[in-house]
Amino acid sequence: MIVEAVGLRKSFGSQVVLDGVDLQVAEGTVFALLGPNGAGKTTTVRILTTLAHPDGGSATVAGYDVVRQPAKVRAAISLTGQTVAVDDDQTGRENLVMLGRLMHLSRPRARQRAAELLDRFDLVDAMDRRVRTYSGGMRRRLDLAMSLVATPRVIFLDEPTTGLDPSSRTTMWDAINELVRTGTTIVLTTQYLEEADRLADRIVLLDHGRIVADGTADALKEQVGGDRLDLRFGTADDLARAASRLGPGALPDTEQLLLQLPSDGSAKQLHVVLDELRDAGIEVARVSSHRPTLDDVFLTLTEHR
Amino acid sequence: MSTTLVHGGPGNAVSDALTMIGRSIRLSRRNVDTLIMAIVLPLLLMTLYVYVFGGAINTGTEYINYVVPGILLLCTGYGAASTAMSVTYDMTSGMIDRLRSLPIRSGAVLTGHVVASVARNAMSTTVVLAAALAMGFRPVAGAGDWLLVAGLLLGYVLALSWLAAGLGVLARTVESASAFSFVMLFIPYLSSAFVPTDTMPAVLRPISEHQPITPVIETVRGLLTGTPIGDSGWLAVLWTAALLAASVTFAITTYIRRTTH
Repeated sequence: MIVEAVGLRKSFGSQVVLDGVDLQVAEGTVFALLGPNGAGKTTTVRILTTLAHPDGGSATVAGYDVVRQPAKVRAAISLTGQTVAVDDDQTGRENLVMLGRLMHLSRPRARQRAAELLDRFDLVDAMDRRVRTYSGGMRRRLDLAMSLVATPRVIFLDEPTTGLDPSSRTTMWDAINELVRTGTTIVLTTQYLEEADRLADRIVLLDHGRIVADGTADALKEQVGGDRLDLRFGTADDLARAASRLGPGALPDTEQLLLQLPSDGSAKQLHVVLDELRDAGIEVARVSSHRPTLDDVFLTLTEHR
Repeated sequence: MSTTLVHGGPGNAVSDALTMIGRSIRLSRRNVDTLIMAIVLPLLLMTLYVYVFGGAINTGTEYINYVVPGILLLCTGYGAASTAMSVTYDMTSGMIDRLRSLPIRSGAVLTGHVVASVARNAMSTTVVLAAALAMGFRPVAGAGDWLLVAGLLLGYVLALSWLAAGLGVLARTVESASAFSFVMLFIPYLSSAFVPTDTMPAVLRPISEHQPITPVIETVRGLLTGTPIGDSGWLAVLWTAALLAASVTFAITTYIRRTTH
């Protein structure tokens, strides 16, 4: 495990922010910490990146203890925080070269690395302009490029797409997927379920400083129930007949003329159901198949707390 | 991943500091507000004192010869104010987390700001001095005296810059950093910078005679224009050294406290 945390606790005054968090991240995977504001996502990242000390518990990153060996940890990681951390009055290129020098690359190597990253993040045209003149998406891209100067083993991204427009968000996702292909481990926090669903191999759902769910996106969805088939009818009569025909598992909604059926997600089941209704002379107006989204997971697991 | 980077040990402390110094100097060179604070304001103040107030103030000499050392020290206050603000900006933006998550000495961040502050001050002092000479300032100092003045001023600016950096770390917002620094701008007025202290009311006199800036100003004035220095010389050195030690300690302990959660 490249990141491992056991029983992390942290309070600010009387407010408990982390209440015993265990994490395990396998090398080369994308790990998402998902949760609403105030769940403890950023605090977890700050502890793992040596910026904050836990009150209890322990954590290692790349095999080094975050409290006792912070310098070793810092040499193995990079952090892209919630707010963009670039100097507005330096150019994109100057920012990257500076970071390279601070990561102890030689001057020529730092320049070369900056050029590679500018190219990769589509910033070549803007590289000699001050960052002040960049758009929000460009700043985020530069910010991410800054984290990659020294090819870290683990990249921490704290809400990497918060506040971005949809097209910049897609660009960020592409960049993150690109990193995964090169074998980098990524730990990201997000409040967007879609983002975790799309990027992460494994998701931990954090709420009030505790882990309330842990698994792949699919496994989490399983927890709130399987797939569903929604059949919509034109008349209440059709709905009633279909409901009696399809047996006790079917849930009729007379107001919306909707029948919900538990489903295994297969095409065969769909055929069987539709054939049976046709044979009985019942007309189905619309059919849709519904997979639980992470939203369902999120609401189900956090609402009763 | 094919490229593995090796991070060096303590040998990089100097290179880290140099990189951070380069950054701070580049940033202050591009910040118009900072440049105005550092150069235009002191020039305006000197013009104001020499041509507007100067005629009415009797110091027993040409007023410009009396006031220039005071103006030089006043400049450092303005320089320090912008130092405090840029430190606070770093501390409150995401930049400090990025810098702290790098394998560099934490002191490099403050060192960068302090050295840039000294460099900025050295530049503005030179500009102000050149303007003073053009306006009729006639120093009688020899080469040795000039060196002593430069040394004393550098020490004083260094101490003030560390103090400003510490205040910058302490401040929660850029606005309050600038308010902190206001004190530094105000203190020179309660000294022998602009008027002899014996013209002040009895309540203020002991304060203005014994605050650290007065011996520094008296020493610079003595070295440049030949007025008697007396005890001020070693008092100035002592005050500056003490201020430097206290400021560095203050800045670093505050920084450590602020960045350890």
